[in-house]
Amino acid sequence: MADKDQKEKKFSRRDFLKTTGAATGGIIGGSLLGGSIGMNFGSDMSTEEEESQQTGESGGEESGGTENPGRIFFHNDADFETISQAMERIFPEDDHGPGAIKLGVPYFLDMQLAGAYGNNSKEYMQGPFREGEATQGYQSRLTRAELFTIGIEALNSESQNDYDNGFADLEDDQKDEILTKFEGGDADFGIPRAAGKPEDFFGLLRSATLQGAYADPMYRGNRGMEGWKMKGFPGHQHAYIQQIDTDSFQEIEPQSLYGGK
Amino acid sequence: MVTELDKVDVVTVGVGWTGGIIAAEAAKAGLKVMGLERGHERGTDDYQNVHDEYKYAIRYELMQDMSKETITFRNTRDQRALPMREMGSFLLGDNLGGAGTHWNGQTWRFLPYDFEIRSMTEERYGAEKLKDDEGYRIQDWGITYDELEPYFDKFEKTAGISGEPNPLGGDRSDDYPTPPMIKTRSLKMFEDAANSLGYSPIMMPSANLSEAFENPDGQTIQACQYCAFCERFGCEYGAKSSPEVTVIPAARDTGNFEVRPHSNVVEVMKDDDDDSKVTGVRFIDTRSGEEFIQPADVVVLTSYLFNNYKLLRVSEIGEQYDPETEEGTLGRNYCYQVFGGAVGFFDEQFNTFMGAGALGMAFDDFNGDNYDHSDLDFLHGGNMAITQTGARPIATNTTREGTPSWGARFKKESIENYTRTLRVQAQCATLPHRDNYLDLDEEYTDAYDVPLVQLTYNFTDQDRNVQGYTIDRAAEVVEEMGAGEVKKDTVVEDYDIVPYQSTHNTGGTIMGDDPETSVVNNYLQHWDRDNLFVVGAGNFAHNGGYNPTATVGALAYRCAEGVIEYAEDNRRLE
Repeated sequence: MADKDQKEKKFSRRDFLKTTGAATGGIIGGSLLGGSIGMNFGSDMSTEEEESQQTGESGGEESGGTENPGRIFFHNDADFETISQAMERIFPEDDHGPGAIKLGVPYFLDMQLAGAYGNNSKEYMQGPFREGEATQGYQSRLTRAELFTIGIEALNSESQNDYDNGFADLEDDQKDEILTKFEGGDADFGIPRAAGKPEDFFGLLRSATLQGAYADPMYRGNRGMEGWKMKGFPGHQHAYIQQIDTDSFQEIEPQSLYGGK
Repeated sequence: MVTELDKVDVVTVGVGWTGGIIAAEAAKAGLKVMGLERGHERGTDDYQNVHDEYKYAIRYELMQDMSKETITFRNTRDQRALPMREMGSFLLGDNLGGAGTHWNGQTWRFLPYDFEIRSMTEERYGAEKLKDDEGYRIQDWGITYDELEPYFDKFEKTAGISGEPNPLGGDRSDDYPTPPMIKTRSLKMFEDAANSLGYSPIMMPSANLSEAFENPDGQTIQACQYCAFCERFGCEYGAKSSPEVTVIPAARDTGNFEVRPHSNVVEVMKDDDDDSKVTGVRFIDTRSGEEFIQPADVVVLTSYLFNNYKLLRVSEIGEQYDPETEEGTLGRNYCYQVFGGAVGFFDEQFNTFMGAGALGMAFDDFNGDNYDHSDLDFLHGGNMAITQTGARPIATNTTREGTPSWGARFKKESIENYTRTLRVQAQCATLPHRDNYLDLDEEYTDAYDVPLVQLTYNFTDQDRNVQGYTIDRAAEVVEEMGAGEVKKDTVVEDYDIVPYQSTHNTGGTIMGDDPETSVVNNYLQHWDRDNLFVVGAGNFAHNGGYNPTATVGALAYRCAEGVIEYAEDNRRLE
C-alpha cells in the first residue's frame, strides 16, 4: 500500500484523469469525476482547477447536483470509487429517491474513518487478540480504518478473480454477487480469519452506509436531508407536544440540528 | 505518592441515581458527603444540541469510554473469556448522573411476587417448580414489597413520576405525583386491543413528566415536550427526571455535599486491625494521574453493578462465588433480560418519530405470578407494552421476514415500514442459574491496571420458554390491533453480547437475609463490613419483568436510611 500511495502522490491531476480513464476502459462515472475534484493534487494544479475545487461547481453538476466537500481519509481515487460503488449497492438510487452516492454517504464515511470511529478511539484495543465465538463480538486488532482499507483491496481482488475487472466496473448484479460473498464470510480477505473477517468489513460497510444516509447533514451524508425526506423523519424538531395527540399522520418538513443542508 | 485527604462522614463511589439519593438524604441529615465521580460534571445546558442520533445513539457520546474499561465475556466456563471491545448488548453510562442521564424513564415498581419469589412459588406450586435440580437458584430478597413500599413512594415523588394505578401491581400508599402522559393513536389501538382480549392496560409510569412538578426537595422537573430523544440522550428541557435535576442539586443545596469529578476509585481501603470495617477508598485523578485516599466513616458503592462488584473483589471483601462448589456469594445470581415481542405491519402511517422515552401503555396480566403457571414450563413472565419512544432513522429499519439486509428491496421496505409498523413486547424476567456469574479476569486489565470483570452468562431454558410464550401473547395483541401482517420474534439461543438488548443487568452483589447466600443485608449493608454499603441493581436476587430503576431508587432510599442510622449508632442494622 505504502508504495502505491507514494506513486499516486506524484501524479498530476491530468495524469490521474488520463490513467484512470485508461484503467477503467474509458468509462469515468460522474461520481468518480465528482469525487476527484477538490482533492489536493499538489502544487502543479492550474488556477482554473483550484477555482473549481473551491466552488465545487463542476464536480457538483457532474455528480448530480451534489457538492464535493473534499476528502480527508481516502487519498486514492480508485479506492474511493470502489467504496462509493459498494455503498451505492447497499443503498441504491430508486423510485424513493437518491442512493448512497447522491446522498454524499462516501464523504460521510471518509470523515468518519479519519476520526475517532476509524481509529477505534473509544473501543478496547488492548491485546492479546484472539479469535472468539461469534457471541463474543469483534476481536480483531484492526481498527475500522484498517479494516476498510483491507476490505476495499479485497473487493477489487475478488472482483478481478471472478470477473477479470475492478469492483467499480462490474455490472450491478456482479457487484451484488461479490458483496454477498463478503456478507457470508466467503470472500478471500487476504489475511487469516483470526486477524480480520470479510463479514466484519461488510457489517461495517452496511451500517456506515445507513448511518451516512440518515445522520444529520453536518456529517456530510444525507445531502439536502433527502435521506430524512425519503423516510419521513423530520430531523431536529424542538417539540411535538402540539401534535402528539393527533390521530392523523403528520408530514413535517425536516430540519437539521444547526440549520445546514 | 498517595495523598490522604481530610476524612468525610460518607463517601459515595459514583454519582448517579443511587449516589445522588444517598448524598441528598445523608447531607440533609447533616452528614458531610463526598461524591467521587470518575467522569465529568454535566447538566441540562450540555443537552441543548442533543438531537443528533448519530453522535449520541450510534456513537455512544454519553457512554463509558471502552478504551479505558470494559468487561470480558464468555457464554460458558469451558470457553475463554474475551473483552467486549465495543459497546453492544448494554450501555454503560459515564459522567455525572450516570445511566440516570441517558435512561428512557420507564419507572415500574417490581411486583410483590418478585421479592418473595421462592416462598410464593413454593407455596402455590410446590418446591419442584423451582427446579433447583436443574441449577436454578431462585431466592427471596430478604425484604418484602410492603417493607419497600414507602421507599418506592419516596422515589416516585422525588422523580415526579407521571402515571396511573395498576390493578395488577402491588398496593400503593399514594397516587403518582403527576397524571399520566398524553395517549397517542398507537397507544389507544393497543389499549382497545388489550381490553378486548380481557387484559388490564394502563399508561406506563413515566419519568418524562406530564406537567412541571416541584418535588419534596424543592427541585423542579419540567414538562415533557415529546421531542422523542430520551434513551441514549440527555434532556434539553430538564423534563426527564435525572439525578442532575433532582437529587444532586438537592444534596448540593444543603452545603454538605461535594462532587469530585475525574476521580476513579480503584480500591476500598481496609484496616488491618479491624476486619469489621472499611476505612475509605483509594482513587486516581483521571486527568493528573495522581493517587488519593479519601478516608470516610461510611463507604457507599453507588456505581454500576459491574464496578460495584469489581471494587469488592479487588479489595478482597467477601468471598468470590465458585460455580463448582457454590461456595462464596460475591458474583452470584447475575441476570439479564429477554424480550417476547411481535411487530405488526399496517397500511396506516403513524407518527412514530414523535414520542418520549416512557410514553407507552402496558399490562401485567403475564407478569410475575399474575397468571397460573401450573401447566407452564417456566416461572414469571413480563410486562407487556407498546411504547412510542421516538423511532429514529439510522436505527429503525424494520423489514418483513426474508428481506435481505441491504440493497433495493431493503431500502424500499425499511423506508415504507418506518411509519407503518408497531411493536408490542413483553420485557421478561430472567431467573438466576448457578452457571451465570461474575468473576475477575486473569488476563485483561483496565487503563489503571485493575483487572476487568469477567462475565459468564448464557440464556437458560427458563428464558427461552418464557420468551416463546410471551411472543405468542404479543402477536395476539398486534393482530387484535388490526395489523395486516404480524412478524414474531425468534426465540433466543446463546446470549450474544453484540446486538443491543437491554441495560437491565442485575445481580452479583445480591441482597438477602442470609450471609451464606447474599452479599448485603436488606439495608444493603455488607455482611462482613458494617460501614460499607453496596447499592444498585446488583442487589437484585433475580431480574423482574420490568425496567429496574424504580426498584433501584427504592433500594437507594432504604440504603440511605441505613447509612444515616449507622452514622448515628455505628451498629449493624437489623
